[in-house]
Amino acid sequence: MMSLSPDPVLEGELRSVGLLALADAGLHEFFAACEADGAALGPLALMLAQEVKAGMSEVSSWLWVRHEAQAREVGMLSPVGLAELGIDPARVLFFPAQDVASALQAGLEGARCSGLGAVIIELRGEAKAYDLTTSRRLALAAKTSGVPVLLARAGARPIPSAAQTRWQVRAMSSQALAAKAPGAPALELTLLRARNGQEGLRYCLEWDRDARQFIPRPIPISGNAIASPAPLSGAVVSLSFHRPGAAEHWKNAG
Amino acid sequence: MRGALAITALNTGAAGLGLSLGITLAQARALVPGLVVGEADANADSRYLDTIAEACEIFTPLVALRGADGLILDITGCTHLFGGERALGSAARQWLQRAGVQTQAAIASTPEAAWALARFRRGTIASPGDEEALTRALPLAALEQGAEATVALSRAGFRTLGDLADRPSNLLSARFGEGLVTALQRVLGREDIRITPLRAPPAVMAERHFPEPLGLMESLLKTLERLAGDVMAALEARGMGGRAFEASFFRADGAVRRIRVETAQGTRNVASLMRLMRLKIEALADPLDPGFGFDALRLAVLLIEPLVAVQPRLDDKRSGREDAQALGDLVNRLVARFGREHVLRFVAQDTHDPVRAGGTAPWLATAPCRWDAPEPGQPPARPLTLFAHPQPIDVLAEVPDSPPLRFRWRRVLHEVTLAEGPERIAPEWWREASHTPATRDYYRVEDAQGHRFWIFREGLYEDTTARPRWFMHGLFA
Repeated sequence: MMSLSPDPVLEGELRSVGLLALADAGLHEFFAACEADGAALGPLALMLAQEVKAGMSEVSSWLWVRHEAQAREVGMLSPVGLAELGIDPARVLFFPAQDVASALQAGLEGARCSGLGAVIIELRGEAKAYDLTTSRRLALAAKTSGVPVLLARAGARPIPSAAQTRWQVRAMSSQALAAKAPGAPALELTLLRARNGQEGLRYCLEWDRDARQFIPRPIPISGNAIASPAPLSGAVVSLSFHRPGAAEHWKNAG
Repeated sequence: MRGALAITALNTGAAGLGLSLGITLAQARALVPGLVVGEADANADSRYLDTIAEACEIFTPLVALRGADGLILDITGCTHLFGGERALGSAARQWLQRAGVQTQAAIASTPEAAWALARFRRGTIASPGDEEALTRALPLAALEQGAEATVALSRAGFRTLGDLADRPSNLLSARFGEGLVTALQRVLGREDIRITPLRAPPAVMAERHFPEPLGLMESLLKTLERLAGDVMAALEARGMGGRAFEASFFRADGAVRRIRVETAQGTRNVASLMRLMRLKIEALADPLDPGFGFDALRLAVLLIEPLVAVQPRLDDKRSGREDAQALGDLVNRLVARFGREHVLRFVAQDTHDPVRAGGTAPWLATAPCRWDAPEPGQPPARPLTLFAHPQPIDVLAEVPDSPPLRFRWRRVLHEVTLAEGPERIAPEWWREASHTPATRDYYRVEDAQGHRFWIFREGLYEDTTARPRWFMHGLFA
């Protein structure tokens, strides 16, 4: 249970729990809450990788393996767009994969290379080639080399895997700027499953591209009645009463 | 030739029966009733010559084509591998004869002398310095100057090259041109030239010829490892590292298979080179078929660059250089397995067109790019993903240029809550010669669910009489 008021103690909690689990070398999975949220998965993974590793080597590179089907659905990656998010495109080693098998092979090679900052694998669809064995191999390679492997699966349902943490991503309305302009990117992360048991945590985060970090903030109340399904009242997210991911979480346990 | 078919090539048997080049087919059939005739195909002949040239690389990497039916091999320094010049010559002739090709060959110190001797005094091996004595007896046709000049020379009373050699060269050049004098000097061996080989000579090379053809893959790879050791030792002596390596497998029947490995940085490490070679061989679409076995194996370094050895750190911290090395290894492994064109880097182009401003290029072919830091305090101005072909959408918007109120994309209706724009991006008119693409007004919009889109309207209300069209170009994070 957590409430999102700008409280320094809780902000420390934000860093120490859940999100910091991403700094653990291992396999972390990301799923989209609905079809349209698939675009944000890969870059989210990259932003998270950038944030948690910010204290460590400043110039390490990332291997980004992207399934070509994802390019057909949501478009090609634009390095200018990456730069606009504060991510340096020169640090990205980009591998467009024709199918899931070669994407996983390349990801495995990257997971074995200890000089990388992170490996991001973006898959699309119910990939048959990704199963428990493959995930175990990836997790083991990641642990041995100390490289976090962030696997983003768009358009798929979670399956049993050896992932350290499993997250669900949902797009969120941004804080409007002057003249009703869209603001900085905002996302909602739900921790579906974690090895250390901290499950059900929900974070509403805004990406600050200048500081290259996530800022927690409350769910905005927009005047539009068709807003995202806000839980109870105001700016407080109280998980004991409303855990939208809970049912799904229990169904997919194990 | 004037409507009649003429003989352009014949074998020794036919020559023995009295046929000669240039006579018509009818005459030839009259002379020899049961003649076997095939149609001349210049393209097939030149392709065949190319295959023979490639197969002859087993003797030396410097092979050049000459005319439509000849090869010149520079065997300087290669003869010891075959037991001397005569042995090399006979090995080559026997080998080609097994392939069904009849050859005339000669060895000399200069290419032109060797060519002339091969054509008119086959089987000669001229010791260095002896070329002049041997070539003086050759007929005038050895100069290859064309029928007119040859006829003129013979009318002037010259019969052999020796007669020409004694005359002062300025008289000959005045009457017949400089070309004749140069050709004469070259054939006599007074002037030496270098041949232009079909493939550039490698910087460093090691090879192994097998007494018996070898077919087992493991033994071949062990031999390759030993050759790699020799090559790396040679590189170390020069202080260089190799960036492109090529292993050539010469099969007993003449086919040559080449495996090429490229690395991101210069390397002298035998183990990593062998790993990459194994990866490449496993990933071959068309596996390495030994056939009757391989006769020889050659490892050549095609590209070298200076490499300075780095002292390893004594403490546990990873240095930036180690990370760069590990990254280079990863790039090499991915390139060896999936191909050079699949391991990419982002490159910036100097253009205001958003689609063209950022692209991808092979990692090995390009150097890192510098990207400008975005303006602080502003939201992202460019989308994260772009569609290669903007997708048409239906939009409801106020005229003339306010942002959309709602739009339908992929059959889903989106209500717009926040929007910013227009940002006018004019097309690069100098690119399209036929028509000028319309100006685009871009809008950043956000819908009620929190998804952010990059939409543009094509065409300006004052210009276009038809309804302007709207497109979806990209998605933001």
